[in-house]
Amino acid sequence: MCLAVPGEIIEITGGDPLTRMARVSFGGVIREASLAYVPEAKPGDFVLVHAGFALQTIDEEEARRTLELLEQMGGAAGEAPE
Amino acid sequence: MSEFALSCPAPLEERERVLMAHGGGGRLMRELIERMFAARLEPQHETDSAVLALPGGRLAFTTDSFVVRPLFFPGGDIGSLAVHGTVNDLAMAGAAPVALSAAFILEEGLEMETLRRVVDSMAQAARRAGVRIVTGDTKVVERGSADQMFITTAGVGALIQDEELAPWRVTPGDEVVLSGDIGRHGMAVMSAREGLALESEILSDSAPVHGEALSLLRGGIGVHCMRDLTRGGLASAVIEIARAAGVRVTLEEDRIPVREDVRAACELLGFDPLYVANEGRFIAFVAAGEGERAAALLPGAAVIGKVTEAGGGAVTLRSVIGAARLLDLLSGEQLPRIC
Amino acid sequence: MRHLDEYRDAARARALAAEIARVMTRPWRIMEICGGQTHAILRFGIDQLLPPGLELVHGPGCPVCVTPLERIDRAIALAETPGAVLASFGDMLRVPGSGTDLLSARARGARVAMVYSPLDAVRLAEKEQDSQIVFFAVGFETTVPGVALAVREAQRRGLNNFSILSAHVLVPPALRAILGSPQNRIQGVLAAGHVCTVEGYADYEPIARQFGAPVVVTGFEPVDLLQGILLCVRQLEEGRAEVENQYSRAVRREGNPAAKTMVREMFEPVDRPWRGIGVIPLSGLALRPAWREFDAEARFPYSGREAREPAECISGLVLQGAKKPPECPAFGTRCTPERPLGAPMVSSEGACAAYYRYGRHHV
Repeated sequence: MCLAVPGEIIEITGGDPLTRMARVSFGGVIREASLAYVPEAKPGDFVLVHAGFALQTIDEEEARRTLELLEQMGGAAGEAPE
Repeated sequence: MSEFALSCPAPLEERERVLMAHGGGGRLMRELIERMFAARLEPQHETDSAVLALPGGRLAFTTDSFVVRPLFFPGGDIGSLAVHGTVNDLAMAGAAPVALSAAFILEEGLEMETLRRVVDSMAQAARRAGVRIVTGDTKVVERGSADQMFITTAGVGALIQDEELAPWRVTPGDEVVLSGDIGRHGMAVMSAREGLALESEILSDSAPVHGEALSLLRGGIGVHCMRDLTRGGLASAVIEIARAAGVRVTLEEDRIPVREDVRAACELLGFDPLYVANEGRFIAFVAAGEGERAAALLPGAAVIGKVTEAGGGAVTLRSVIGAARLLDLLSGEQLPRIC
Repeated sequence: MRHLDEYRDAARARALAAEIARVMTRPWRIMEICGGQTHAILRFGIDQLLPPGLELVHGPGCPVCVTPLERIDRAIALAETPGAVLASFGDMLRVPGSGTDLLSARARGARVAMVYSPLDAVRLAEKEQDSQIVFFAVGFETTVPGVALAVREAQRRGLNNFSILSAHVLVPPALRAILGSPQNRIQGVLAAGHVCTVEGYADYEPIARQFGAPVVVTGFEPVDLLQGILLCVRQLEEGRAEVENQYSRAVRREGNPAAKTMVREMFEPVDRPWRGIGVIPLSGLALRPAWREFDAEARFPYSGREAREPAECISGLVLQGAKKPPECPAFGTRCTPERPLGAPMVSSEGACAAYYRYGRHHV
């Protein structure tokens, strides 16, 4: 369930907090999404969009940490844990 | 950019919309035929049937209907689609297209300007494909009985070689060559559908492929079977051939070219690119060992899989993470989903 | 695509699969809650990379599959009502109700509009002042904030021709029902990542404790799923039963406070029947009295006949993870995507359709 896709905020197209919309780029395809639930989001941020609504900003630091953990594990696969 | 037509048609006097009378067999219909169709498509005149001089031997003959909505989409329209689709069916049989027919069913109330744009586009597509639309027909139906316009075509072509191209010739060891990246047409049409509001630069891949397809034959590639991808996408085309040929086929997902924006549009709607419509792509089952040479003859092509064994008619896809799954036909069109 | 392709990397997936195999010393049974996760598992063939002995059970996180018959029948009745238009996500259009489905009803003249966002339904209402637009609000906690905002937007625009038919359902009550069932054999859980993006995961902590089952909040890409499975297996091997967050790039423990606040302001929990399972108390959402004017149930009277499921359909057992689709006598024969007996064969992520499409019926 819950198909939500990460996209980059290109441009915020105004509105008060509840009606705030943005043009969001998904791999080059742009669709409008509501930013009502991510009031702190700004152009350049990645957001997770579901049915036309941004539900969360992607935490770049956490993403980096996740990938780093995977890299470490990749090197240690099959060996004793560090 | 439209090309300048030598016989510049005078505008149909003040008729902004198609009327029932335009299909009535009388003066209005004559005007429509002469000024809208004959002036642009240059058919043979004044006879019920076109007469063609064809080489001796066997002909390819095909027919198709076009009901696309919206009529105009990024990269094409129903008119160019009709020409390309028909020419491509002939090419898949290994035939050089000779002539096409075009029959129109028009909805009462259709804007004349819309019809004009479509017919111009057909004329241009036909010229570029090197084929003539030699005969046609027009009918008008009451408002509500057709979705603006339906076009039905037929085409004849001359086979350029004696060896038949057909599923029965597909055999274990054959390689599957895909002529280019997939999913553009379906996603271009989806982008244009009202209510989806996607801004994208995806253009339909609608194009004649006979030049490419026949270049494989002329290049001495051992082609066993070809099929153009249309509705149902790459997956459906491969499955149909595998079943008809009674062979098992394996495809490698990471070898199948998909443009990033097409992939992104698919992700947004929950579509699988393998099942998205194409209008300018084809697959060729070629003899073992000739896949790379065949792909080199076609810009953007790739060898995407092979026929592994006889028996069954199943198609397996090895996913990007290396695990396999069986591909099946979808029961209907993919619908955008949020779940 | 950024934040997506990295999690479809073959090398990372293989490394995770190898680590899972290394860590496992005995068989385990893990349930992934979300239908989207089931879909990904089967589409990418993730289960094939797992060691034998690790069984993945597909849970009821397919709102399309669990939407009760009565809701679908009501939606169809609304679509057939003169002057009304039923706006729905594409997902619901082929799901059979008691007799027919929305797409077939449309073919017979009912007005059904497919939309991609609840806001599209509001725009439609503004455009078609002479029609009553009813939005078929299905979905788990992920979808509710958007619907809530759409209702608010309809109010802001002064629309009196917009309402919603709520079929929203909640995960935690269903999870409790499954883990608490005497037939339960599930030992660990992958929680639905996007539901937790909205709601956070604090609600799962008492569940993990009460049932002694580890709960790992997991994403939807192959690497996410494999990493979630690894974290879950590690806990099981170590005898722990905690809530962990694999999907940390998109999920915080507190979820999205703004979305949660909006949802609680406008909706209240109600008892809801789950198709094939039965009534789970306080597992659904309905608009609060203050917002009742936008509730299609209040606006349109419904004298529906009693909803009846085909006797052969065992979707409830499948949704609870008690049976796998190929174990159903009708699977692939009397029940196919073309002629489905129940919802899990229609929905793109229903366990039965996923098995059928990805060929498990050949295995």
